[in-house]
Amino acid sequence: MSIQANNPHQILSAGLGWTRLEIIFWLALLLPFVLTPSYLSLASQIAITALFAVSLDLILGYAGIVSMGHAAFFGLGAYTAGLISKAGWGEPLTGLVIAAALAALVGYGMSFIIARFRHLALIMITLGLGLLLHEAANSASWLTGGADGLQGVKIRPLFETFKFDLYGTTAYAYSLAGLFLMFLIARRLIHSPFGLALRGIRENWTRMPAIGADSQAHIRKIYTVSAAIAGVAGALLAQTTETVSLEVLSFQRSADVLVILILGGAGRLYGGIIGAIIYMVARDQFSGVNPQYWYFWIGLLLIAVVILLPNGILGGLSRLTVRWGGTWR
Amino acid sequence: MSSALSTKGLQKRFGSLVVAQDIAIELPHGVRYALIGPNGAGKTTLINLLTGMVRPDAGSILLGDADITALSAQTRVKRGLVRTFQINTLFPQLNALESVTLAVLEREGTSGIWWRRLPVHRDAIDEAFGILRSLGLADQCHRPTREMAYGEQRLVEIALALATKPRVLLLDEPAAGVPKEESAGLFTAIAGLSDALTILFIEHDMDVVFRFASRIIVMVSGRILVEGTPAEIAVDPRVREVYLGGVQHD
Amino acid sequence: MLGSLVGVLFDGFAYGMLLFLLSVGLSVTLGMMNFVNLAHCSFAMVGGYVTVTLINDLGWPFLATLPIAFLAAAIVSIALERTLFRRLYRATDLDQCLLTIGIVFVSVAVAAYFYGTIQQPINTPAYLRGTVTVLGMTVGAYRLFLIGVSLAVTAILVAALEYTRFGAQVRAAVDNQRMARGLGIDVDRAFALTFALGGGLAGLGGALAIEIIGLDPSFGFTYLIYVLIVVAVGGLGSIGGSFAAATVIGISDMAGKYYFPELGAFVIYLVMVVILMWRPLGLFGRR
Repeated sequence: MSIQANNPHQILSAGLGWTRLEIIFWLALLLPFVLTPSYLSLASQIAITALFAVSLDLILGYAGIVSMGHAAFFGLGAYTAGLISKAGWGEPLTGLVIAAALAALVGYGMSFIIARFRHLALIMITLGLGLLLHEAANSASWLTGGADGLQGVKIRPLFETFKFDLYGTTAYAYSLAGLFLMFLIARRLIHSPFGLALRGIRENWTRMPAIGADSQAHIRKIYTVSAAIAGVAGALLAQTTETVSLEVLSFQRSADVLVILILGGAGRLYGGIIGAIIYMVARDQFSGVNPQYWYFWIGLLLIAVVILLPNGILGGLSRLTVRWGGTWR
Repeated sequence: MSSALSTKGLQKRFGSLVVAQDIAIELPHGVRYALIGPNGAGKTTLINLLTGMVRPDAGSILLGDADITALSAQTRVKRGLVRTFQINTLFPQLNALESVTLAVLEREGTSGIWWRRLPVHRDAIDEAFGILRSLGLADQCHRPTREMAYGEQRLVEIALALATKPRVLLLDEPAAGVPKEESAGLFTAIAGLSDALTILFIEHDMDVVFRFASRIIVMVSGRILVEGTPAEIAVDPRVREVYLGGVQHD
Repeated sequence: MLGSLVGVLFDGFAYGMLLFLLSVGLSVTLGMMNFVNLAHCSFAMVGGYVTVTLINDLGWPFLATLPIAFLAAAIVSIALERTLFRRLYRATDLDQCLLTIGIVFVSVAVAAYFYGTIQQPINTPAYLRGTVTVLGMTVGAYRLFLIGVSLAVTAILVAALEYTRFGAQVRAAVDNQRMARGLGIDVDRAFALTFALGGGLAGLGGALAIEIIGLDPSFGFTYLIYVLIVVAVGGLGSIGGSFAAATVIGISDMAGKYYFPELGAFVIYLVMVVILMWRPLGLFGRR
C-alpha cells in the first residue's frame, strides 16, 4: 500500500473512490438481460434481497447493532406497497416512496427502544418486535389477507410505459435501479462523517460519550435510514411479484438476510450483494434437487463461516488480495 | 475568580461499601493536580463521578460556575470536562487519525452529516492531525490503533481527549502499563499542554507526581485525607502513615 | 365458567412446567457463560425423536424411554459444547447466535431427512390416557403426570444446587465467574457438566412434550421462541426465575389461546417485549 504517512487527507481519502473492479461489477449486473433472459425474475429477486441485506449491513455491519427481526421493515414496505395498489393507487414509484416513508416512520419510533439496549436484551427485543408484527399481520386478516396472502395487487406500468411482464424484464430493470440508487446513498453515508461515527459506535460503544458523542441519536438515525431502505426492498418485491405473503414478515426472512450478510461479509458494503447472489443462485439450483435440505447446507455453511471465516467471503477475499497488493472494499 | 472544577459533599456508596464520602475539592484554573492514594482509595470512582459515568448519591459538581451534577456524560464532555481511561478504551479498527478526527467532528457537531464525504472536512482532519503530530504520532496515524504500540495507544487516549478541546482534563493513570523510561516522555507531553488547561491526574509513581504536579490531593478509603503542595505532602505525617504503615488500607 | 377457568389454569400450569423443563438449562448456562445458545431446543428435539424411535420401532415402554432421552440429549449437547461452542465463549453475541442458528438449521434438516416432516405419533401407555379426578377436579392424567415429573425435577435441581459441592461451584460461577476461577473452581468443567445437564433436561422436556405439543422437525425453531421468552423474562441464571416465568407464560398463553383465539401468540410476544423494556435483565435478573 502506498499511503503517504504524513498526508492526513490522503489517509482519509484512501479507498473512497470508485475502483475499476466496482465499475465492472455493476456493469456485470446488466449481463442477465443478455445472457440469461429466462432468469430475469430470479435476478430481480436477487437484487431485492441484496438491497435488504444492504439495509441490514448499515446497522449491523457498520454500527454493530444486532437485529433478529429486520424483516419487520421489509414486510411493512411490502404490505404498504401492496395495500395502496389494492386501494387503487397502482403507480409504482410513488408507492415505493410511501412504503419507504412508512417503514422509516415505524423504524424511527422503534429506534427509541433499540438505542437503549445492547447484547442479549437487544437480540430478544428485536426478535420479539419482529414476531409481534408477524402475529399482528396474521391476526389482521381483514387487512392483510392473513395466511392466504394479500390478493388483488395490481401495479401500473413503470412510467406508464413499461409493463411488469412475465419475463421479468421490467422487474429486473426496476429492482436493479432501486438497488443501485439505494446503494449510492448507503455508499455516500458510509464515507461521510456520520459513517465514521457509526464505526466508532461499533468499535467502542462505551467510549463514544467520553468524546462527547450522543450515540443514541446516531443509532436512532441509522436505524431509521435502514428501516426505510428495507421498506423499499419489501415494496419492490410486492410490486414486481404483485403478491404479498405473510412470509415477508417471518423470522425465517430475518434469519435469511442475516445469513446472507454474514456469508458475504458484514461491514463491507458489497458483502450483502455478493452474499445475496451466491445464496439465491445456490438456493435456486439446489431447491430443484432437494428443497427440504437446503437449510442443512446453509446451516453447515454458517457454522463454517463463524468458525473459519469470521469476516465472510469478502473478508476472506480481501485477506487474499491484500497479500497480492490490491484492495477490495 | 471561581475555580475550574469543584465539588461539594460528594457521596457514593455501592451497597455497604462507601466509595466516596463528603468529597470537596476545588481545582483552580490551569493547575496540574495529582490525585494519589492507595489502591481502592476511590480515585477512579471520583473521576467516574466527576465525568458522569457514575451518579452520586448526594453532593454537587460545579464546572466553572455551572452545576453539572445532573448532566449526562456526553454533555459534560461538550462543556469541556473530559477524561482518559486507565485501560485503553480506543476504537481498535479505526486508525489514529480517524479516531481523533471523529472526536473533532463530535465536538463541532458535524458527526451527523451523511451527505458529504469525510475528506471534505479538511479543517477537522488538519486539526486532528495537528494534535497527533504534537504528541509525536504523525507518522503512526494511518495505522489501526489496535496495531500500535501500547505507549502510542496511551498517547491516542490523550489525543482523543484533547480533540474535544477540554477546559478540565482528568487523566486516569495516563502512564499505566507504560515502561518507566517511556512514561517520562508521556508526562513531558502532558506538561507541554496549554496552561489554560486544568489537569487532574492519577498516578502511582511518586517521582512523576512530585515532578509534574503543582498540587497534590491524597485520598484514602473514599475520603480526602489532605491537599497541598508537593513540599507539604512530602513531609505530612498522615501521608507517611498511609504509605508506610497503612497496609490495612490496601 | 369457573370450571373452565380452573381447567385453563391447570392446563396452563402443565404447559408452563413443560416450558420450564425446556428452558431451565439454557437459563443456567446463559447465566454462567453468557453464551447465547439458540440451539437449545434442538437438544429437546433429540430427546423427542429418541423417545419416538424407542417406542415405535423398538417397542420400549414410554417411561423407560425418558432416561434414555435425557442421556442422549445430554451426550449430544456436551459433544457440541466440547467441539464447537467452547471456541466462541469470548466471541460476540452475534457470532454465537449465528453458529447456534446454523446448528438449528442442520438439526431441522437432519430430523426431516430421517423422520419426514410429519408430526410424530406416539402411543402413551393406557394409565396416562384419559382423565383422573383429583380434589373434585377432573384433569388430564398425562398433564398431572407431567406436573409431577417437573416438580420432582425442580426439587432435585434446587436441592442439588443448594446442597452439593457441584451445586456450590455452579452457583459461584453464575454469580461471578472471575472470582470463581480465582477460588480455584474449574469453571470450564463445571460449565460443561451444567451444559450437559441442561441439554439433558431439554431432552427430557422434548420427550414429554410429544403428547402435549407434538413433535416435528420445526420444533427446534417453534419452541425456541417460547424458551427464549421464558429465559428472558425469568432472568439469566435463575432457576426460580425460570420457574416463575414458565408458569406465568404457560398460563397466559393457554388463557390467551382459550379466551382470545384470534390473537394467537400476540399476547405472549407483547408481554415479553414489554417486560424486557421495563427490565432488560428479566424479572429476576440480578446483573
